[in-house]
Order: sequence, then structure tokens, then C-alpha cells
Amino acid sequence: MAKKKALAANGAQVQEAVVIEKPESRFRAMWDTLKKNKAALFGLFVIIALVIIAIIGPFITPYAPNKQVMSEAYQGPSSTHWFGTDNLGRDIFSRIIVGTRVSLFVGVAAVAFSLLIGTVLGSISGYFGGKIDAIIMRIMDIMLSIPSILLAITLMAALGKGIDKAIIAIGVVSIPEYARIIRSSILSTKENDYVAAAKVIGNSDRRIIFHHIIPNVVSSIVVRATLGISTAILDTAALGFLGLGVKPPTAEWGDMLGRVRSMILVYPYMLIFPGLAITLAVLAFNLFGDGLRDALDPKSRS
Amino acid sequence: MLLEVENLQTEFKVKRGTVKAVNNVSFGVEKGEILAIVGESGSGKSVSSLSIMGLIRNPGKVTGGKIMFHGENLVEKTKKEMNKIRGDKISMIFQEPMTSLNPVYKIGDQIMESILIHTDLSKAEARKTAIKMLDLVGIPSPEQRMEDYPHQMSGGMRQRVMIAMALSCNPEVLIADEPTTALDVTIQAQILELIDELRKKIGMAVLLITHDLGVVAETADRVVVMYCGRIVEQADVKDIFTKPLHPYTRGLLESIPLLEEDRDRLFMIKGVVPDPTKLPKGCSFADRCDNCMEKCKEHMPALVDVGGRKVRCFLHSDEEEIDV
Repeated sequence: MAKKKALAANGAQVQEAVVIEKPESRFRAMWDTLKKNKAALFGLFVIIALVIIAIIGPFITPYAPNKQVMSEAYQGPSSTHWFGTDNLGRDIFSRIIVGTRVSLFVGVAAVAFSLLIGTVLGSISGYFGGKIDAIIMRIMDIMLSIPSILLAITLMAALGKGIDKAIIAIGVVSIPEYARIIRSSILSTKENDYVAAAKVIGNSDRRIIFHHIIPNVVSSIVVRATLGISTAILDTAALGFLGLGVKPPTAEWGDMLGRVRSMILVYPYMLIFPGLAITLAVLAFNLFGDGLRDALDPKSRS
Repeated sequence: MLLEVENLQTEFKVKRGTVKAVNNVSFGVEKGEILAIVGESGSGKSVSSLSIMGLIRNPGKVTGGKIMFHGENLVEKTKKEMNKIRGDKISMIFQEPMTSLNPVYKIGDQIMESILIHTDLSKAEARKTAIKMLDLVGIPSPEQRMEDYPHQMSGGMRQRVMIAMALSCNPEVLIADEPTTALDVTIQAQILELIDELRKKIGMAVLLITHDLGVVAETADRVVVMYCGRIVEQADVKDIFTKPLHPYTRGLLESIPLLEEDRDRLFMIKGVVPDPTKLPKGCSFADRCDNCMEKCKEHMPALVDVGGRKVRCFLHSDEEEIDV
């Protein structure tokens, strides 16, 4: 009997607790999940570090990144040149620091570019459906059928060298991916009653898409964009490696790799450090993006 | 009549053929009147209301008839013109309060939205109106509730918010599509009372779509009974409940379980609703009807006047529908 009473009291307590507890905000819930994910936190930490380096990098380099000192060429890592010097006697550490800005900027800008166009195309496609959907999605299919790096190379060859052109080339290549993700999110979200309700109170189509639907699919966009930055950084490096990225003598990780690739067996350090920088940046965005997906996906949240 | 639907036809093109979801339907609703449209799932009651709002989407289309509102045909209106009418003069509430509010916005902002779209009020004034509306629909401490997100409210509260949203611009017509289906019985009664009270207060016309005859008896003035996209009976609420003419209406009424009755099995209308792509040649209800005659299987009866009310059945008139 006493046990039963205690249980009942317990139950009442639990109920009270439920009533009192304030519903936590979405951001708070996301952050709590993310906090537990050590890999994602590491990714976030590296990303923050990279951003800081990208901003203040050019002011803290021990040597001028483009200054050629032929007498100091081909030096291995030492206390004077931490990562050594390249074939033209430039300090590799300084060049990597300065190159962070290019890689991050191109990565973020290319994603922003393709996200913007992809969102508009995907929204129109998913929301209106029918013929316009078929036309847009078939164009996206055609773009997807061309290997992305090949398309990027072709675009770069047509546009010429330069950071701005690299952004466009890498951005255009990933438009279909974003358009598809946005389209499918919109397809499922637009069936919700609140979209019909928004129509019923007299909203225009444009306002319904951008004000009522997009905010509801923003979590999947954010996850995809974070992962997309890592791909874009990798693409930037690939274009640089092929000699299509930035104009020399601008320091860029992929470009640094490509210029000394014939010396990999003799002077491996010249390739290892820029390679590590690329790997670290890509890994950071991937880990953080994965963590973000887990945190934002309500199904994986308890 | 404030809102008059004349010979409305709404069709859906599906793979297996064309579904006439609403077939030659006419009804009207007066200022301050509650007209109930009843019928089971797929009878065309929701599609009728969506047609009025201009919300029929592909593969559906309004293929005929008129929807007259203030002497203007809503069917011929452009998208932009309809956006001006929707939410301002004609409003609608849905059956699912749990999903009818956008989860990412505060409810206050959602109510203010329709006010801001349709009036010249400033944000501060719209806010005041929204608070007044929340108070009107009986939400306690409305000022604080304005800051709530939908997930912080219960189903009944959300339906009240939906009603507040729908009424914020003082609409002349409110379409309530099963407003109480998703709510439990006590909340149901409160919501219906609220709609009834507001109708008296602002004199709006209400189009109540439901399959719950209890709700109809409690609130409606007149009733339209739909079956397979057609109106089968139309009468005052009292007449429908005291002397139903159409066998389908009779069946519906008999299906209501009564507390004082001692019955092992509940009554049900035999058979199922026919496939909407392959409606029978004659009366759509013929296969399920206890009074079915030879004629019923061959010809569609017309909707005829019988002493101030309308019914579509050969039991009451021999007239046939000409254009099937």
C-alpha cells in the first residue's frame, strides 16, 4: 500500500515537473546535442581557428609570402623556416597561412553562390511543379551528367584565371545539388496545412515560398552548405593543382602542391604541409557538418 | 444571398480517368447564417470549399459553374485579385490545428500577418488588433501568448489561434472545414460555441463542413447533404433531423449511436462508396439503398423542390437529371 502511494506521489511529481519545464528553444536544443559530439566540436574549433587565420593571416606571417630568396631555396623544415622553403626560396609556412584566406573565401563564396541560385531554382521547381519543374530539373540532370571537375575545368578555361572566376566555376558546378535538395524539402513542406493557411490569408506565392516554406527547410540547407564548403575547398585545391586557380604568385594550397609535384620524392615536405592544410580544412567542415546534421535532425534527437 | 455557388463543377484528372469531385453543385449562404455541408469522406464537401477559396491545385480544376460573391464571379478572378479577397472577405479554418500554424513563427506574428497584408494598420496597431482577437477567442493572458510558438500550445488553443487568424480582418464569410474533428469533445463544444457567438457578434456567414451530425444539429441553420460529388438533399436543420427525405440522409441519421438505446451492433449503411472514376450510370447511391428501384440503376434523379426543400430521389419525384 505504502509503496503504491509513494509511486503515485512520484507520478504526480513527474507530471508537475513536465508542466513547469519551459520548452527549450530550437537553438538551445541543437547546441546541447552538438556539445556532446566531440568530433563536431573539434571541427568547429578548427573552423574558428581557420577563420581567425584567414582574417589576420597576412599580418602575422614571419616572412613575406611571395618574396623569393634564391639563396634559401630547397630548405627543409627548421627553426628559421618551420615548414621549409620551396624551389624559389619562399617560406612555405607563410604561404600556407596566407593561402587560408583564398581557400576559405573561395569555399564559402562558391557555396553561397550555388546556394543562392540553387534555392531559387529548387523553390520554383518544387513549389509550382508541372512543366516548369520538368524543365528546370532536366537542365539540372544534364549538368549532373557531366563530371563536376570536368565542368569546372571547362568553365575555368573559358573564363580565365582568378579568384572570382574560380568562385563562379565551382559555384555553378554544385547548383544542381542544392536545387535538388531544396526542391525535395519544398515538396514535402508545401503539403503542410500552414502553407495552405498562409495562402488562405492572402499571401502571394513569392512570400509563401520565402517567408513560410524556406525557414522550415533551413536546417537541411545549413547542413548541406557546411558539407558543401569542404567540397568547394577541395575543388579549389584541385583547380589550383591543375594550374587553373589563382594567378601566380598568389599563394593557394592546391597551387602550391601542383607547382612542386615533380619533386615529391626528393623534397616531400614541400607537398606534405599544403596537403595537410587542405586535409585539415576539409576534415573540419566535414566533421562539423556531420555533427550539425545529427543535431538538427529531429529524428535522431531523443 | 451573400455567397452563391451555382452549378459548380470541379474535376481531378487522375491516371485512371477523370474524377468529378464536385458535380453540378449549387448552394448559397446568407449573412449571419450557418450552412452545414455534410457527407462522408470523398463526397466533395472539402473540394467545394477549396473551390470557393480558389485553392484547387493541379491535377484539379474548376471546370464549370459560378461562385458569386458581391455580384462578382470568383472563378474568373486572377490570382492577385483572389489574394486580396482571401483572408480579408472570405476566411477559412482547417481541420488540423496541430499542423495549420507555421512552427517557426510566434503565433502573434502569424495573426498580425494577415492584418498587415489586408489593412493599412501599422505594426503596433496590428499587434493591438491581434491581442484583441486572441482575447475574443478566449485565450487567457493574450499579451503573453503572442510570444508563444505553436508547439507551446495545445490543440484546442491552436484552433483558437487559427480562428483568431481567420477572423482578424472581420471576414464576411468563414469557411470552417471540419473545425472540430481533431479536438476532444469538451473543446469541440467550446469552439462551436465560439463560432456561433462570433457569427452573432460580427454577423458573418459560416460555411461549416463536417461529417459530424451532432455538430450540425447544434450549430447549423440549414444543411446540404452531399454524396459522390452531388447534393442529395438540402433543407432546414430541423427538417433534416425530423423528417429526412433521402435514404442516404436517413442512413446517416440512423448511424448515430444513441445512449438510451440497447443495441449490440451499431447501424451502418451497407456497402461502400463507389469508385469515383467509375460512378454507376444511375443514382450513385443505388447500390447501397434499401429503397432501390429498377429505375434508380438506370437514371440519375434530378434535384427537385419538395415543399421548400430539395431532394434528389425518385421516391419523391420522377424527374430525371438531364445532363449527367
